[in-house]
Amino acid sequence: MKIALFIPCYIDQFYPNVGIATLQLLEKLGCDVTFPLEQTCCGQPMANSGFASLSKGCDANFVKNFSGFDYIVAPSGSCVLHVKEHLHDDKNPNEALQIRNTVYELTEFLTDILKIKNLNASFPYKVGLHNSCHGQRGLNLSSMSERMLPEFSKAEELLKMVRGIELRRPERNDECCGFGGTFCVFEEAVSVKMGKDRISQHEANDVDYITGGDTSCLMHLEGILKRQESKVKIIHIAEILNSLL
Amino acid sequence: MAAKHAELAEKFIADEPRTDWHDETLWFVRSKRDKAAHGLPEWEQLREWGSQIKNHTLSNLSNYLKEFEENAIANGIKIHWAADGDEHNKIIHDIIRKHNIKKIVKSKSMLTEECHLNEYLQHNGIEVVDTDLGERIVQFRKEPPSHIVLPAIHLKKEDVSATFHEHLQTEKGNNDPQYLTEAARQHLRNKFVESDLAITGVNFAIAETGGFVVCTNEGNADMGAHTAPVHIACMGFEKLIPKAEHLSVFLRLLARSATGQPITTYSSHFHRPRPGQEMHIVIVDNGRSRQLGREDFRNSLKCIRCAACFNTCPVYRRSGGHSYHTAVAGPIGSILNPNLDMKANADLPFASTLCGSCSNVCPVKINIHEQLWKWRQVISEEGYAATSKKVAMEGMSFVLSNPKLYRFAGKMGRGVMKLFPFMVNNKLNVWFKQREMPEPPKESFRDWYLKNGKFKK
Repeated sequence: MKIALFIPCYIDQFYPNVGIATLQLLEKLGCDVTFPLEQTCCGQPMANSGFASLSKGCDANFVKNFSGFDYIVAPSGSCVLHVKEHLHDDKNPNEALQIRNTVYELTEFLTDILKIKNLNASFPYKVGLHNSCHGQRGLNLSSMSERMLPEFSKAEELLKMVRGIELRRPERNDECCGFGGTFCVFEEAVSVKMGKDRISQHEANDVDYITGGDTSCLMHLEGILKRQESKVKIIHIAEILNSLL
Repeated sequence: MAAKHAELAEKFIADEPRTDWHDETLWFVRSKRDKAAHGLPEWEQLREWGSQIKNHTLSNLSNYLKEFEENAIANGIKIHWAADGDEHNKIIHDIIRKHNIKKIVKSKSMLTEECHLNEYLQHNGIEVVDTDLGERIVQFRKEPPSHIVLPAIHLKKEDVSATFHEHLQTEKGNNDPQYLTEAARQHLRNKFVESDLAITGVNFAIAETGGFVVCTNEGNADMGAHTAPVHIACMGFEKLIPKAEHLSVFLRLLARSATGQPITTYSSHFHRPRPGQEMHIVIVDNGRSRQLGREDFRNSLKCIRCAACFNTCPVYRRSGGHSYHTAVAGPIGSILNPNLDMKANADLPFASTLCGSCSNVCPVKINIHEQLWKWRQVISEEGYAATSKKVAMEGMSFVLSNPKLYRFAGKMGRGVMKLFPFMVNNKLNVWFKQREMPEPPKESFRDWYLKNGKFKK
């Protein structure tokens, strides 16, 4: 099983530890992982801003880098959703389609493909999980409070395998944090207000960390937490699942 | 240029305690909706039926409209067709002139808001009294409704008290909801009794019977329609459903989605004028045909105006209805209004994080967040995006399409966000206003991988 590791651009540039944890975790679980070296970005920032027409270059580069693998795995629900829904390449339509069908978000890959039942990991802290909207509502990584369907959460199931962790659910368990891609600057006031509200609901639970499957949401929350000089820290779920503290 | 959503939202949020109150009030309504929906094991099935009935109706609209018209006329109702808001207003004005009508009561109709009927009639020296309590409050204040189901939801009881003190001479500072409601009741009772004309909206028009259903919680549509000698019901043509039995799907979905009630207090069925009364229906297009022709957006016409998408929208709850500067606010408004005026409403599809909660609560399964995304593309293609944004996106696209350039820009500019110009919006760094920047690491993941990873190629 040949796996390509897709590390979204902002993780590559600002949160390399998330990429490292993802790689180490997958290798620990016996996967044969390759990081295609010429990868950049999935094109989502342009597309969500109304310029999908400008993401063709990113698409072509993505297809060039990620063709020929059994699976593509990324520690980001949002970027994976974008690839799944919007990756097109007029010159290589079959490769693009193949990628769209085999790209997985990390917790989804661990749950549905590797089907792991236990993990050698420990993280002795109080943790709140932030459900990113694209992971949850887009990729169906957990049940949603709006829908009248059976409850489940792939991320929670994985976190429960970690020794010492104490998971605390916030009120409004699946409300958006307000990052929203370029929304975070074009609608700055609403974006920050949403982030502050998300944080206060986690802080009410006295958590040490807010975790999640999307570094973009966490980057936004971290920016606010730091400005507020809060004690709460952010950590990507890959870092917890790969932790042996 | 008129103020845009982001700007108006910022003004709204400047009063943070009030924003919190607004958010919590609407979240409470969303929670009531959840509880009501959980009470029905067949909820998701009902949504699917609702969606399919509406899809079917929209696909066979011309036939159902003809059927509806024939049956309504046979029932003794006069049918009028209006191509746009202006024609709608003129039709009503003509009826008013013909009967020399002076006193008009109107129950809630978002269509008449969309067509700006009140302003039109006022301009012609005719006064209309809105009889929905929330609408009467905002009418006194000369404000538009901020929510299609709860028009005065942006106001606290203190605001209502001050407004009623000014217009209904209630005691200054008496904020007792019971007292205030009673004052409105007495005031409106007189208006009903005196009225020559009742204008109502339409929730559902039934093709097979030629009748229509109006849903209210206050009974104000009935009070008007049962007293006035003339009744005009106004409807967008998408209000149609084929059969009366389909009401058993929609009436169950509507109130649960809107307020968490099992059914609206009054679901009144009108079929024909009572003896001596005149009944009219104005069927309005106003851009709906155009929307029907837009493949990506046509199913927005399935909307039954429950406002569940408003109540769940984390952006709406924190920016208020007026920040959408249109008659229909919220997520559904943001996919309907660009069709009415793309330039004036080019900001609205961007007033969303695309979180998808709106599509999940929608009782007729409109893919609202996907349509928001698609409108963004249309708006850019049609040239309504700001030039600065376009330039930033072109720059970013150029860098991100080129791996070498991407890595170079990353190395040079990790600390100053050269790679992601949208995070350094224009001259001011908008991200940094209320957030710290991510701390730039010494090396990128790729750099680390080249040194430490199993380098296989």
